[in-house]
Amino acid sequence: MYPSRFGYEAPKTVEEAIAILDAHGGEAKILAGGQSLVPMMKLRFASPEMLVDLNTIAGLDFHRVDADGSIHIGALCRHEDLEKSEVIKKSQPTIAAAASLVADPIVRARGTFVGSVCHADPQGDWAAALTALGGHIVAQGPKGTRDIAMKDFVIGPFQNTLAFNEIAIEAVIPAPKGIARGGYLKLERRVGDFATASVAVSLDMVGDTVARAGIALAGVGGRTIDATAAASVLNGKKLTAENISLAAAAVAAAAEPRTDHRGSADYKRQIVKTFVERILTGLATPSQKAA
Amino acid sequence: MALDEIKIGGLGASRRRVEDNRFIRGKGNYVDDIVLPGMLHMELLRSPVAHARIKSIDVSAAWEVPGVRLVLTGEMMAARNLAWMPTLSYDTQAVLATDKVRFQGQEVAAVIADDPYIAKDACQRIVVEYEQLPAIVNPLQAMAAGAEVIRDDKENQEGNKVFDWEIGDKSATDKAFADADVISKMECHYPRSHPSPMETCGSIADYNRATGKLTVYMTSQAPHIVRAAVAMVAELPEHMIRIVSPDLGGGFGNKVPIYPGYVVSILASILLECPVKWIEDKTGNLISTGFGRDVYLQGELALRKDGKILGMRMKTISDHGAFYADAQPSKFKIGLMHSTFAAYDIPAAHLFSTGYYTNKAPGGVAYRCSFRVTEAMFFQERMIHGAANDLGMDQAEFRRMNLVKDDMFPYRTAFGFLTDSGQYGKCLDIGMKAIGYDTFQAEKAEARKRGKLLGLGISTMTEPLGAGNSREYDILGIKMFDSAELRIHMSGKGILRTGAMNQGQGHQTTWAQIVAHELGIPAEDITVEEGDTDTAPFGMGTYASRSTPVAGAAVAMVARKVRAKARKIAAHLLEVSEEDIEWELGRFYVRSNKERGVTIQDCAMAAYSNLPDGMEPGLENNAYYDPPNLTWPFAAYFVKVEVDPETGVWDVLKVVAVDDCGVRINPMVVEGQIMGGLTEAYAMSSMQYQTYDEEGNCIGSNYMDYLLPTAWETPGFELYEVVTPCPHHPIGAKGVGECATVAGPAAFVNAVVDAVGHTGVRNIDMPMMPNRVYEALQTGKDISGMPPVKMGD
Ligand SMILES: Cc1cc2nc3c(=O)[nH]c(=O)nc-3n(C[C@H](O)[C@H](O)[C@H](O)COP(=O)(O)OP(=O)(O)OC[C@H]3O[C@@H](n4cnc5c(N)ncnc54)[C@H](O)[C@@H]3O)c2cc1C
Repeated sequence: MYPSRFGYEAPKTVEEAIAILDAHGGEAKILAGGQSLVPMMKLRFASPEMLVDLNTIAGLDFHRVDADGSIHIGALCRHEDLEKSEVIKKSQPTIAAAASLVADPIVRARGTFVGSVCHADPQGDWAAALTALGGHIVAQGPKGTRDIAMKDFVIGPFQNTLAFNEIAIEAVIPAPKGIARGGYLKLERRVGDFATASVAVSLDMVGDTVARAGIALAGVGGRTIDATAAASVLNGKKLTAENISLAAAAVAAAAEPRTDHRGSADYKRQIVKTFVERILTGLATPSQKAA
Repeated sequence: MALDEIKIGGLGASRRRVEDNRFIRGKGNYVDDIVLPGMLHMELLRSPVAHARIKSIDVSAAWEVPGVRLVLTGEMMAARNLAWMPTLSYDTQAVLATDKVRFQGQEVAAVIADDPYIAKDACQRIVVEYEQLPAIVNPLQAMAAGAEVIRDDKENQEGNKVFDWEIGDKSATDKAFADADVISKMECHYPRSHPSPMETCGSIADYNRATGKLTVYMTSQAPHIVRAAVAMVAELPEHMIRIVSPDLGGGFGNKVPIYPGYVVSILASILLECPVKWIEDKTGNLISTGFGRDVYLQGELALRKDGKILGMRMKTISDHGAFYADAQPSKFKIGLMHSTFAAYDIPAAHLFSTGYYTNKAPGGVAYRCSFRVTEAMFFQERMIHGAANDLGMDQAEFRRMNLVKDDMFPYRTAFGFLTDSGQYGKCLDIGMKAIGYDTFQAEKAEARKRGKLLGLGISTMTEPLGAGNSREYDILGIKMFDSAELRIHMSGKGILRTGAMNQGQGHQTTWAQIVAHELGIPAEDITVEEGDTDTAPFGMGTYASRSTPVAGAAVAMVARKVRAKARKIAAHLLEVSEEDIEWELGRFYVRSNKERGVTIQDCAMAAYSNLPDGMEPGLENNAYYDPPNLTWPFAAYFVKVEVDPETGVWDVLKVVAVDDCGVRINPMVVEGQIMGGLTEAYAMSSMQYQTYDEEGNCIGSNYMDYLLPTAWETPGFELYEVVTPCPHHPIGAKGVGECATVAGPAAFVNAVVDAVGHTGVRNIDMPMMPNRVYEALQTGKDISGMPPVKMGD
């Protein structure tokens, strides 16, 4: 691999990293797992002047559930950490379902959840999952930290709203209003492939009733599609077959797929619809289905 | 007292591959591992557009980058008469573009620098002004009236046609169709794919002004052909050219042609008088080097009501890219396409083929295939599938009825090939039992209740391997024989060299096994060496499954020559006349007294120390083998799939492969070849292809778009064997490197088409991606994969 010439810094603290970013005025890039940035440098689609490696900063590789039920994922938490996490398996079904569908085992060993969200690939799985969950990013810059809600974070293909001298230090999934249920389905042509279409579903359930429905999509638009408004037809309702198909139709309508070598726009919409139906039907209890 | 052949690693021993020892330890020696003193590095600038006139090239900024030693353009190549080079199909190909670029990725300029980073930096600074022309990405566009002439460099080239070619008996075929009760038609596209070896192409050219000798280390499956071609292009005599192919990281046909990068690195080394290394990157390999397939197939079968096939008519329209650079025997324009239906008893057949230039990479290499045999057999089995359905006959029974029967050999096919042996019916029986043919319909009905669609596909074929006899097969006029040279040292160990070139087939392991079989010398005592034209005997290289049929035969023959001399030495040592000597594995003995004997090792020592008067010392020889005929392995493959009608996703439930490749030298290596081939067959049918958009951009230029299956999705394979020895090959082998890539894809497609057959769909072009299967189910119509691929809202 023959990228353009670049400098490399391995700071020991977040503050030091921010100072380096600041000094390079937009020409520096953060290196997390390197699973998106390094391939782009190889192809010379990206030619940063300076790489600021987060991997030498201690204390960013965490993920935990706080007492209030919110989940915090540090900037160096790898896809694989989430895939193997007992905490996630117990408390966050959407993340648990998606974890083994992101990339392949080799990439999962290096790539980070936060890096993936920052990368803002329209086909990225984690940005979709975090959007469905109504999560936010905690950004730290020279002036301190701020929270950026997912709906304000990803604004276009490969575009986020971080300032050049800000680092996403963690991603936060808010505590569910009730019991967290959810699922993730992805159509890929092969293991390690990006999504032709994928659907992230998050439901906060109070008894048999949906308190909050969040749905987001990857691969079917110029950016991560937040279909939460479409999913809101489920709010306050039960998961009956009728409600499920209403939601599936609304979410499919919210997708903005394009025809390409992976299939026609209609086909991708059909996949979205089918996946929404399948996830919701899988989450419905027998009594809900009967209703 | 004869040796146990399996113990000494002879025929039939599943000996572990000798070469793997170094490969799995990272001790292989590939071109890129070679570092020569003072070596410079070369990078190519490639065209970003598919079709454009070059208005200007400005290289001045590239020269300014520190560490740049040379910048070459087409104009500079032209000044040395090297802007164009001959292809293996008697066409010409641009080395560096002068007038126009004709495909995306075409070589436009080269930078030679102190390291590859600098070379790449400097390439980015070359400014090329292009005046874009419409891109032609399929033969329909190429043949359209008023289409831009791609090859305006060629005198007398009107339009974009490359050739018309036909074979067979047209009037007999027409009559068969006139007599038919039913005519069954089929149309499909075998998509463009790329062999994509793990190691890309590359070379290190090292011209030594003092000796006048040019040494080139390169990734070639056929180093001797390269030497001949370089001698022609560079106007150097052969003894001043040494081509060395070290370990190859796969080839699959991709490393047969001569590429511009090789030629430019050679010229650079001559101009700079230092070694110049060029290692292509993965994208360069995928978008510019030899592809496989890309043929549109149309055919008809004339059928009698009872199922008998009376005649076959077929038309192919092939897309050759910007230069006709197929690697194939000279006599044929579309390879051995006419081997189609060789396994079937068909009285009359006719094939008409047309080839077109397009704005795509040149190639048409035999990608794990004996020259277009893959397309031929694929289409045959798709036609058979359609015909059985049109007649309302069972797929297996329709095949059984029309396959050549055991007692019909030698059998002359309608296109003139002579097949010589096989037990086709037996292979079919084994496969049907293993796949559970009898219970399949019940299974299918049960799956239907779960909302799933099951399908079962069969593919049977015999393919011509081992090109070939010198009457018919040559490349650039050189006959397609092969060779072996065997030298036995005084200790009874030895070194074998052949004109073939291993690239994963396991020659180091299996050639030694043939020697062990012929001489009784343990396989581990034989070193095998290939790839260096200064030391290896002249041979045509390894592709088209020709190693075992041709070079492997030469190995057996040279071992027999050595044995014949050893026999004379044995007679001398045993003090009897040669006629009184008998041979058993590893030992000569006196016929009248079996106890009195000498081993082959005794004879080897005597060849250097105790010879009969007048005998030339040493124990060595060489053999050039001109095969009397092609060899014809047979395969019967069965695939069972389950389709999800809501998404078009299909899963493979079971794959059964029955192979008859004649005598198996090393059963483990044979099974490895079959599994590798089946994986590629699955790949072709499900995901692996290259397509193009309207502007001629290649979709499939990296591994995120050009999909190779991983261990995760590749199904398991159940393998079965039948052995019908080849009657004319010295050890009865038929070759097996490509059977599964050739016969496999149709089994997968037939299975999926069977699953959706109730909708009336006859064909889904490969790769059968879920969206295509879904669309077929929705529309009940055939799905075409012809580029350009649709893009938009
Ligand atoms: C073969 C392959 C297959 C893949 N398949 C998939 C797939 O199926 N689904 C999928 O979602 N992804 C896939 N990916 C992408 C993978 O998930 C990446 O790991 C991920 O997108 C980026 O995470 P990273 O830690 O590697 O980030 P990096 O590559 O290090 O960085 C990516 C970008 O984000 C920025 N960045 C990283 N961390 C931060 C931070 N803390 N603050 C601010 N900016 C930051 C970087 O500067 C860079 O611009 C695949 C990658 C490969 C190589």
